[in-house]
Amino acid sequence: MTTDELRDVVLDALTRIAPETDPATLGPGEDLRDELDLDSMDELNLITALCQRLRIDIPEGDYPQLRTLDGAVAYLERRVSAATA
Amino acid sequence: MPSLGSGMDVGRILEWYVQPGDEVERGQIVALVETDKANIDVEIFTDGVIAELLVEAGVKVPVGTPLARLADLGTEVATPAAKEGQPAVEPAAEVPAPTSLVTSPIVRRLAERTGVDLHAVHGTGRGGVITRHDVEEAAAAQRPTPPAPAAPAGDGHRASPYARRLAAERGLDLSEVAGSGPGGAVLAEDVEAAATTGVRPSPAAGPPPARTAPGEVAAPPAAAATTAPADTGPATDRGQAMRQAIARAMERSNREIPHYHLGETIDIESTLGWLAEVNADRPPAERLLSAVLFIKATALALRRSSDLNGYWVDGAFHPGDGIHVGVAINLRRGGLLAPAIRNADERSLDELMAALKDLVERTRAGGLRGSELTDPTITVSNLGDSGVDTIQGVITPPQVAFVGVGRITPRPWAVDGMLAVRRTVYLGLSADHRASDGHRGARVLTAIADHLRRPETL
Repeated sequence: MTTDELRDVVLDALTRIAPETDPATLGPGEDLRDELDLDSMDELNLITALCQRLRIDIPEGDYPQLRTLDGAVAYLERRVSAATA
Repeated sequence: MPSLGSGMDVGRILEWYVQPGDEVERGQIVALVETDKANIDVEIFTDGVIAELLVEAGVKVPVGTPLARLADLGTEVATPAAKEGQPAVEPAAEVPAPTSLVTSPIVRRLAERTGVDLHAVHGTGRGGVITRHDVEEAAAAQRPTPPAPAAPAGDGHRASPYARRLAAERGLDLSEVAGSGPGGAVLAEDVEAAATTGVRPSPAAGPPPARTAPGEVAAPPAAAATTAPADTGPATDRGQAMRQAIARAMERSNREIPHYHLGETIDIESTLGWLAEVNADRPPAERLLSAVLFIKATALALRRSSDLNGYWVDGAFHPGDGIHVGVAINLRRGGLLAPAIRNADERSLDELMAALKDLVERTRAGGLRGSELTDPTITVSNLGDSGVDTIQGVITPPQVAFVGVGRITPRPWAVDGMLAVRRTVYLGLSADHRASDGHRGARVLTAIADHLRRPETL
């Protein structure tokens, strides 16, 4: 899966979780929780959606690496390639 | 029109789910009501037969206005015209309604004489007490009104707005989806499940799905439009109305409730370690959030301190009929709701987590029941999620206590005579000094802390 595709996966999940917001306007390095007003339940729903969509596991200790859009995409690239390797 | 939480003055019937002649049972959802805060599924408070709908869909009426006439089970309801003198009832007000009580025998007798059901009357007196004037108004309101047209025939399906949106996105026909929500309502998770099991897609612009199951009442297309999710309603109107509703409730709280505030910061390091271990073996969908630990600890602590769990109404404390923890849920468009997890002390952490997920989804996407907003016997707010260290909460009347949880944050901490860095959290208790004293409050707070330090007790 390409970087752009992974970015779309993250944006799609965010749109479902916070339909009142527009994740497309997110800056790549902005904190998702702050910018989209996400709480810990939203964060868990995001992680759950990404794991199901990409068929990977994201351990709790890795959550901080998904705090920004760029961070999330970079993390998912590593996880997906590790899962398919 | 029931009061669905303090601060509510008026409500609009968006949709009737029942029609004259329908048998209803206590707890059944009978109507969708728009309040300043959200669209709420309203339940009926007793068994019976709908004799007549008094307020038609689309009409806004003050709290306390009779919405329907209810006859005893087994009564023939041949015509929409109700029998004279039969008391009007309103759905959903639990008996006794915590927000509407009467003290004066004069008022009671007046109600009996005029056939007014006091549970259906919104008290405007001090502390929500029903006054003579309230009864007179209610009596006037229940004089014969033109019969309301029958509820719109259902030709769609009950579904949460989020579920509708999901179904549309996935091209699913809602009539093909088995609903697991109240009254068979289709929830978002049902749509997800159907999407993965491959239910046949509906024609993109086909007619509304047909009614298939008896008792399954549906939103016709027009109503579906008006029952858009709370969060995507006309943003400014809803936002302003929400602000007004919160303003009324909080003004009342600060005017009437003599608050006292207690707080304690506790070391929660080992508990979070315990939680991480629990979650390590689980997929994300089954992981627990620390929020459920705070909810459970609060509920357990209240078992031995019933004077902080209940309502202050009519100049006296009324203990709750269980420990129903209201959970403050932030709405991204502004404002908040705090629906209840009933009997939270009796539920396992996994059950609490499932209940919390469900409540958060329905609070934001639509589908809350009226009783969920009036049931809470205490409120817990996890504002630490928003990054603040401490909270001094404002109690939601008629409740008598509020527990605030701050941000979990590492702090320098003395452990066994040495300085260590531990993750800590501030617990704040706001309580109504009319119902309890600081000493009792302190015991509750230390009991919450004690449960949190020993997660095996949760």
